[in-house]
Amino acid sequence: MDAIDILFTASFWVAAIRIASPLIFATMGELVCERAGVLNLGIEGIMTAGAFAGWFTVYAGGDLWSGVLVAALAGSMFGLLHALLTVPLGLSQHVVGIGITLLATSLTYFTYRLALPEVTSPPKIAPFEPFPIPGLSGIPVLGEALFSQTPLTYLAFSSVALVAWVLYRTPLGLAVRAAGESPAAVEAQGISVTAIRVGAVMAGSALMAVGGAFLTMSAFNSFFFQMINGRGWIAIALVVFGSWRPGKALLGAILFAAFDAYQIRLQQLSGGVVPYQLFLMMPYVLSILALVLVARRATYPKALMIPYQKGER
Amino acid sequence: MRLEPKPAPPLVLLLLYPAAAVAATLVISAILVLAAGASPFSVFYLVGKGAAGSQFAVLETLTRATPLIFTGLAVAVAFRAKLWNIGAEAQLYGGAVMTVLLGTGALALPAPFLLPVIAVGAMAAGAALLLGPALLKTRFGVDEVVTTLLLNFIMLLFVSMLLEGPLKDPMGLGWPQSPRVAAEAQLPRLVAGKRLHFGFVLAVLSAVAVWVVMARTVLGYQMRAVGHNPAAAGFAGIAVDGVLMKTALLSGGLAALAGFSEVAGLKGNLTLDLSPGFGYSGIVVAMLAMLNPLGVVAAAIFVAGIFVGADAMSRTARVPSYIADVMVATALLTMVAAILFSRFRVRWR
Repeated sequence: MDAIDILFTASFWVAAIRIASPLIFATMGELVCERAGVLNLGIEGIMTAGAFAGWFTVYAGGDLWSGVLVAALAGSMFGLLHALLTVPLGLSQHVVGIGITLLATSLTYFTYRLALPEVTSPPKIAPFEPFPIPGLSGIPVLGEALFSQTPLTYLAFSSVALVAWVLYRTPLGLAVRAAGESPAAVEAQGISVTAIRVGAVMAGSALMAVGGAFLTMSAFNSFFFQMINGRGWIAIALVVFGSWRPGKALLGAILFAAFDAYQIRLQQLSGGVVPYQLFLMMPYVLSILALVLVARRATYPKALMIPYQKGER
Repeated sequence: MRLEPKPAPPLVLLLLYPAAAVAATLVISAILVLAAGASPFSVFYLVGKGAAGSQFAVLETLTRATPLIFTGLAVAVAFRAKLWNIGAEAQLYGGAVMTVLLGTGALALPAPFLLPVIAVGAMAAGAALLLGPALLKTRFGVDEVVTTLLLNFIMLLFVSMLLEGPLKDPMGLGWPQSPRVAAEAQLPRLVAGKRLHFGFVLAVLSAVAVWVVMARTVLGYQMRAVGHNPAAAGFAGIAVDGVLMKTALLSGGLAALAGFSEVAGLKGNLTLDLSPGFGYSGIVVAMLAMLNPLGVVAAAIFVAGIFVGADAMSRTARVPSYIADVMVATALLTMVAAILFSRFRVRWR
């Protein structure tokens, strides 16, 4: 098979969409936080916690959707902690974010070891199965890639539509966007900036956690250490790359996942001549390149990382 | 609620805030210990005993503190100038790679000359690794948090590539490890037969040197000015970008010394598990020290004590040693909150 032929196989696009799914959740989650003015560097840890919480719920006897719900709940709790420290207290979003990542990750590992003290290989669950959408899944290539995925992938795409609709078509979304651009204007409308920002960080963190849960409940079927592997940081780069707009961020995530799926196939094609680590580096290098490309014309939400205190300018 | 600035409290009171943060951390971790079905008092006793209960324990704690002092200093220097270097892990490995490259026979120098040359080479490697993100920040406006974080992953894969390729130990029985550095390229032990090495002395001396730079030189003043308010610093005639570059070189170099001292002082060779997250723990160390270079030494010993003590504790009590990571992360969050409350009072209205 030729390096170009890969692009025309259905299995390549199926893999690309599967790889994109957790990134879409995480990118939407980070986007919601940042549009409200809060940089959430807790993302990597929150995804770890979500991956464990969802998987463990199912392992302990719950059904798959309760697992997703528990993951979202766990994520929003870490989001609440992040928001309490950064919004009313106005602490450094960099330091608190890293702290939340360290805390969520270590708490997850601690709980994992506590719940499963003796296991050597992580136990498996029955994950989400692919659910072909009748009619649509019959379309060649496109049907297989987009409409024969697991329900969680459909949820990922729905979350983009939901985030876009809320942000641009509802008064709540207007308040969220204004909280990230001009918090004083929000306060002038009699809306609490604190409430909007805390709510946005909690909702965004819930989305991130579901992104983590996708890995343990749909892409794979068990939890292992370091499985998030920088996906959270990549999502932060994707938000910048998508200029803080849900549609563009979705395209960025799919483009990125396509590259990732492509490098895995190239790796098999290269037959071990090129060190495999070079291929594994590509997603991270690509993220940095994407940041460099857009950085010059990036228009950050104006109040991003600036704490708001009522009555101050 | 609103926050109102209050006058700086006297030094004795100022030390009460870190103490309160540590107390809050102990309370939170006690809850986790109870959840694990153990008694907090006996667990904390075991952690304390494992960290400082014998000569062996103390030496182990100081050995573990050595890389943390270097990464803590790296973070403290960078954060002072608000250069968010989260890539100390990558810079550490950069220093370690350079130490192996220069220490395995590439340079034929007698020991008193070889070690300083290797140390400088290692610092250059770490500095170069932070220079990239710093240049991207000043030239293109790319946020350095994400680039330094992503570089950690790239660097670890690069090290893995080296250890399976050009740096692979031919005698390593297939393990991904580098050959050992020559005897002349090894730092001497401080106590015969124990693991504590000269790297610890180097770390403490570095802390003093960094304190002098930060508190007593023009560069230190400029770094602090840039950190407080880059616009005002620029208006006062400070070349902000240039100061950020110098900060990056210093910070990256310090983090690389952690890799140098771990390879040349403790392990003797490079493996993929050289650092169990020393770069990230350095952030906690720096914040616990309130970014004070001398405080970094104390904070690093404290954090190292938690890790060493928890390892010893988990061998006897049935509490996972990850409790140490939870305690360290909690200490970071309670500490930043404590610093805030030392400067502001909360008014409920």
